[in-house]
Amino acid sequence: MTIELTVNGSAVSLDVEATTPLLDVLRNHLDLKGSRYGCGLEQCGSCMVLIDGVAEYSCAREIGSVSGRTVTTVEGLGTPEAPHPLQRAFLEEQAGQCGYCLSGIIISAKALLDRNPRPTRADIVAALDRNLCRCGTHTRIIAAVRKAAMSGATA
Amino acid sequence: MSDALPLSILNNRRMDKWLRFQPDRTVKLAVGKVEIGQGVLIALSQIAAEELDVGIDRIDILSGDTADAPDEGSTSSSQSIEVSGRSVRLVSAELRARILGRLAQRLNCAPEELSVEDGAFLMDGNHTGYDYWSFSGPEDFAAEIEGSAVPKPASAYKVVGQPVPRRDLIAKVTGAAFIHDIVRPAMLHARVLRQPSRGARLQALNEAAIRKAAGAAIRLVRVGDFVAFVGDDETAVQRAAAAAPGHATWTGVRVLSPLQQEAAWLRDQPSDDRHIGDPGPPAETRVVVSETYSRPFVAHAALAPSCGLAEYRGGHLSVWSHTQGVYPLRNSIADILGLKRDQVTVRHAHGAGCYGHNGADDAALDAALIAMQIPDHCIRVQWRREEEFGFEPVSTAHMTRLRAALDDAGRPVDWTAEVWAGSHVQRPVFGGTMLAHEALPAPPPPPKANDPTEANGGGGTRNGFPMYDFPAKRVIHHLALETPVRTSSLRGLGALPNVYALECFMDELAERAGVDPVVYRLSLLSDPRARLLIANVADRCGWASRGPVGSGHGLGLAWSRYKNKAAYACVAVELDVDQDIVLRRVWCAADAGLVINPDGARNQLEGGIVHAASMTLKEQVTLDGDGITSLDWDHYPILKFSEVPEIDVVIIDNPDLPTLGMGECTFGPTAAAIGNAVAHALGVRIRDMPLTRERIAAALVR
Repeated sequence: MTIELTVNGSAVSLDVEATTPLLDVLRNHLDLKGSRYGCGLEQCGSCMVLIDGVAEYSCAREIGSVSGRTVTTVEGLGTPEAPHPLQRAFLEEQAGQCGYCLSGIIISAKALLDRNPRPTRADIVAALDRNLCRCGTHTRIIAAVRKAAMSGATA
Repeated sequence: MSDALPLSILNNRRMDKWLRFQPDRTVKLAVGKVEIGQGVLIALSQIAAEELDVGIDRIDILSGDTADAPDEGSTSSSQSIEVSGRSVRLVSAELRARILGRLAQRLNCAPEELSVEDGAFLMDGNHTGYDYWSFSGPEDFAAEIEGSAVPKPASAYKVVGQPVPRRDLIAKVTGAAFIHDIVRPAMLHARVLRQPSRGARLQALNEAAIRKAAGAAIRLVRVGDFVAFVGDDETAVQRAAAAAPGHATWTGVRVLSPLQQEAAWLRDQPSDDRHIGDPGPPAETRVVVSETYSRPFVAHAALAPSCGLAEYRGGHLSVWSHTQGVYPLRNSIADILGLKRDQVTVRHAHGAGCYGHNGADDAALDAALIAMQIPDHCIRVQWRREEEFGFEPVSTAHMTRLRAALDDAGRPVDWTAEVWAGSHVQRPVFGGTMLAHEALPAPPPPPKANDPTEANGGGGTRNGFPMYDFPAKRVIHHLALETPVRTSSLRGLGALPNVYALECFMDELAERAGVDPVVYRLSLLSDPRARLLIANVADRCGWASRGPVGSGHGLGLAWSRYKNKAAYACVAVELDVDQDIVLRRVWCAADAGLVINPDGARNQLEGGIVHAASMTLKEQVTLDGDGITSLDWDHYPILKFSEVPEIDVVIIDNPDLPTLGMGECTFGPTAAAIGNAVAHALGVRIRDMPLTRERIAAALVR
């Protein structure tokens, strides 16, 4: 069936089963590899995207349920040439080890800063608790989100 | 001279294996160690830039490639900077000296009159018109490395010791960056139906039901009891694989019991027994104390399930893997498939942090097996979450019983550590088997129990010997011949459970002697580097004003020198215990000699602290029925953002001492510091990890 939605600011029309996971559509139909497979169970947050501005898991989310809605992936925030202030803050803090969790975490942080531009440490931690990081980079990630907030990283 | 050369150079003697000058004025540096999230590539690049005197941005590093990079074995055991870094330093210094030597002849001057500025050659400070790119010749690169050049003194370093940012993170925060993201021509997605256990036989497979579950056309590949689902629609093969176990009937599946998930189970198993250190029997004194500590089976639990890509074209098999060792994997795949080694190329691609031997190599073999059945396509195998948890090699359960004979002052005069554990390393080149190989018509013999030698730091015995000044010390190692599930290397091997035992026992002995635990340690420890770290951390954490025992608020401290020869770390942990343990603050000091990249080092130290805290508080692989039952993050919880403490790390600067591997040095001390802080908070000791709510409750009613 044909499903229409907006991805990273562009209108997209897809001929795909309505039950296909949003993550598969992003990665395989739209070649947006920044949203990552970690569990398929909505437990780890590697696949996090913004759906109408809200951070949501995409791994078990059926594409049919986002018809007509707006999806933003990490590619929609910035590029290597022109990174988003959040992405830049992560680079400045070197807030990564393996980096697999980072795109999902940046999406969660984006949703947080959009609704709360001046979050406390407790706010940040609460917003990131749906994301797992296995390398133990947590303290740097929290510092990066704080730094982005200081620099006014909304938009 | 060559006796002193590191193994990496002995195995790769030609200069062009390591370094080349490229037409775009960059320097190709090829290394065998790979990026597994530890930031090794920027550190190795810094070393080459330093010795060659070229800008860091000119270093174009290639790592882990059996066609184009040297064979440096596996990226493991905190050896990358100690061994590969030392090699890159020697190789770079030698190339520079060789080329400058020839230039000095050409210019009829002494080599000492020449210098290098971002790759350009100067004589007495004036440009000569020559540089690496114009003046180096084939003879420089065909030469055998002799190890004859003298590297720079640390006092001359400009790039080494600086916090140079990593280059790989930009892709990781903006889009495609991992093996999982590679797209190749004619690519097909694949998933595997796993054989439940070695020796299990597939009696029946309802292919029609699996195809129906897939919902789109898929292809089934079957070789012996190895079954894969392949197609161009990843969603369909994923659905097929999720449904397949319910449509497969196996015989000969080994049955597991929850009893086997506890370390104590290993005590009654057949074992290979070794006695290391001072002769027995242990001395008897008026007071002999003994306690037993344990850690259960734990998982690497990489955030990304493993992935492998392979394509077989024109008689050559190309494989992409996030393996720790491209050459060992190339050899294993060639041997299993009956190919010549030069028919197989393995290239490293980034994966999620692995922390040891996880499913990476197995996924690569899966892809290779399928590629041989479907030539001229790139086969992409993506493991599922339950597959990673259920089938990756886990770290063995480990039990350590300590016995100390005390003098009248309560100080040990004789120390015995008795260890029961399965194999801590079972890589395919080390007695282990690869998963899919076991499902093939000619499976390998059962894996052989094995552990690294003492010279390589040991496995079950790692950090089993205390570095304290006890008159007599010995380790008795019972290496279990079999474990209920496959086991292999995970960050630190036996170091975490052994340091947990040792440093918790030291607190217990101090308490028995009526002496402050830090004072007690220092009275038994002459190593000056260790003493400095302990004093540093004790000072920073406010040890002198530590509160009373049993208040619910705890402060604990522990230290070790990883493998008793790598980096030193001391860690203090402050926490509260109510029903659960809440970590508040962690202080760490580490001494790793010359630090190449202090920012990367700090990242590794902090990562080790959080990882160890997670393992100590939460982690256990559970077993039942036909296998592992901790198959998702709900059943294998790890530390979350809200549970991570504030961490304060100090690196003791020692630039004139050799670099010591540090990726694993905080692991054991963190676990033991938590154990000691919990005992301080509760007034009772919990000796079996993980320190769960149930264990706390049980300890309090004891």
